[in-house]
This record gives sequence, C-alpha cells and structure tokens, in this order.
Amino acid sequence: MTELLLLALGASLVNNFVLSNFLGLCPFIGVSRRFEAAAGMALATLFVLTIASGLSFALWQWVLVPLHLEHLRTLVFILLIAGVVQFTEIMVRATSPLLHQLLGIFLPLITTNCAVLGVALLNVDRQHGLLESLVFGASAGAGFGLALLLFTALRERLDTADVPEAFRGAPVALVTAGLMALAFMGFTGLGAR
Amino acid sequence: MNPVAIGIALLVAVALAMALGVALGWAASRIEPDADSLVERIDALLPQTQCGQCLYPGCRPYAAAIASGEADIDRCPPGGDSTLRALAALLDRAPRPLDPAFGAPKPAQVAWIVEERCIGCALCLPACPVDAIVGASRQMHTVIAAQCTGCELCLPPCPVDCIELRAAPATSLRHHQPRAA
Repeated sequence: MTELLLLALGASLVNNFVLSNFLGLCPFIGVSRRFEAAAGMALATLFVLTIASGLSFALWQWVLVPLHLEHLRTLVFILLIAGVVQFTEIMVRATSPLLHQLLGIFLPLITTNCAVLGVALLNVDRQHGLLESLVFGASAGAGFGLALLLFTALRERLDTADVPEAFRGAPVALVTAGLMALAFMGFTGLGAR
Repeated sequence: MNPVAIGIALLVAVALAMALGVALGWAASRIEPDADSLVERIDALLPQTQCGQCLYPGCRPYAAAIASGEADIDRCPPGGDSTLRALAALLDRAPRPLDPAFGAPKPAQVAWIVEERCIGCALCLPACPVDAIVGASRQMHTVIAAQCTGCELCLPPCPVDCIELRAAPATSLRHHQPRAA
C-alpha cells in the first residue's frame, strides 16, 4: 500500500511528467488559454492515461512477451493509444458536444502526447504489475492535469498583466512554465526512497 | 531474423489494428444515437442567444429536450414566430403561438456597459453565456457588440446596475433578428 502511495506521489508531484520530465508540453502550451478547455483536457488525458497504461500492460504481459516481440512495443503501444484516444473522442462527442468543440484538434492530439507513450514505456521498463501500472498511469494523468490547470490559471491572469512588449504571448508563457518547474523542484525528496 | 518471426510480428500488429477497428466501430454505433442529427437540426434553427428563457441552460439542451419530446416548441421568445414556424415545419407539427409564460419577443438588443459606473468587479463575466464581455478584476469591462446576444443574463449579477440594453447595431453578427410575422 505504502509502495503504491509513494508511486502515485512520485508520478504526480515529485517527477511530474510535464514540469520535471518535460513530457506532454504540446497540450500544456496549446490548451492552456481557457480554463474550461484545460479542465476538459486534464480529464480526457487522465482517462486516456489510465486506460492506456492498463491495456498496454496487458498487451505487453500476455501478448508481446510470450511471442518474443518486445521490439514491437513502441508501434503496438502507439496503435493502442490511438485506439483509446479515438474511443475517448467518441465518448466526449456523445456526452458533451460543447467540450468537443472547445478541445477541437487537441483531443485527437492526445495520441501524440508523449506523456501517454512515456507512461506506457516506463511501466514496462520498471516492470510494474497491473495495479502498479494503473496507479502510475492515473497519477501521471493527475499530475499532468494539476500542472495544466495551475498553468492555465496563471496564463489567464497574465492576459491582463502589464507585460513588456517583447515578452507578450508565448515568451512570457514559457518563462512562467520555467518558474513553475522550479517551484515543483521543491517536491524533490518528498517520500524519497 | 527469420521469416516466421516477421510473420508473427505482422500478424500481431494486423490483429491488434483489426481488433481496435472493430471495437471502435462497435462503440461508435452504440454510443452515438441516431437522434443526435435531429438535435443538431433543431439546434441550427434556434437563435443561439443561450438566454435560458425556455428554462433549459442553453439552446442545445432545449433542442435535445424538443427532440426527446420533453419540451414543446413554443418556449423560445428570442426566436419569435419565425423560429417557431421553422421548428413546426421541421418536426411536422401544427404551428401555434408562443407560450407567454416564457416571455414575450423583443426587438434585437445588445448589452452596453456604462463606464462611469462600472467598478470592474468581474461578476458579469461568468454570467455571460457567449463570453461577449471583456474584462478582468479591477479593469474596465466592455461588451463585444458583435458577440452579444442580448440575453440579459448579465443584468442580475451587476452590483451597480451599470449594464444597459440598447438596440442592436446592424453589424451584429450573432444576433438573430426576429423577422416580421
């Protein structure tokens, strides 16, 4: 139990996928203009990450390893992630057309969110079991969502701030992201093993 | 690498792709109901003021309620008679007058913020269903007239009553002009 808790803490805060591993920066910058869109993106990514890490573990453990096809993992995982993302898109479109419109192209682009593939590959590399994979995926998604929501709130404030001309837009957003990464370094050593 | 191993690898990749395709096709046919297209068509006829006078949170929920038979088509004062007739034609129902319980049709209007009175409290921002009010805390707010639907939802939250409704300018993009009956 403690192991799982530490795993979750590590994946969501200490080794936050966005702010300390620099994975998934594309939606982090792209969908952080509006809070509603960011919240939808955070939920969709959390869903995709959890499902994809569970399924990729099953595929690895029960198909790839028995058939000695370990070298196919990147291809197979990407296929699987694309499938899960497509499923998520169908669900979002059916349940909330407004959110579907708000997320636009960024919903199918979760496929190329390297955090999702990163979690699947890390699960395999660290030889996580099924439960560990699910917890790792869910907490990585929660960490991504947390970073995205915090960043979006900051950017909404920045929109009305008096920023020097040369820094407006993307530059000040990147500076903000860097400062957030520094702040998240404060979690280093939390629950260290 | 021998041919058998390559064959197995190909087989696994193709089998996975096919399994995913079948699963997605099944999910799409199960989750997406056919009624969705009817909801879209009803929604396209509604004025998109998002005013909530029909007692639904917006035009699309009202469209969904019409499609499921939960609500009648006479609840949309901003759309006026023209919307009602269009809906009656689409759904093949007899046209009828608007239900006065949901309000009376008004001429096209847009919100206007009186800047002398606005205190920059930002309370009207979340009330606007179409995000037509620009502003932030302790900054002067203003209304993008081209986006404003004149729904009046920003009036109740304003603590200083600085929002007025004025006749819509001819350039208004969003505003549905009720045509004369």
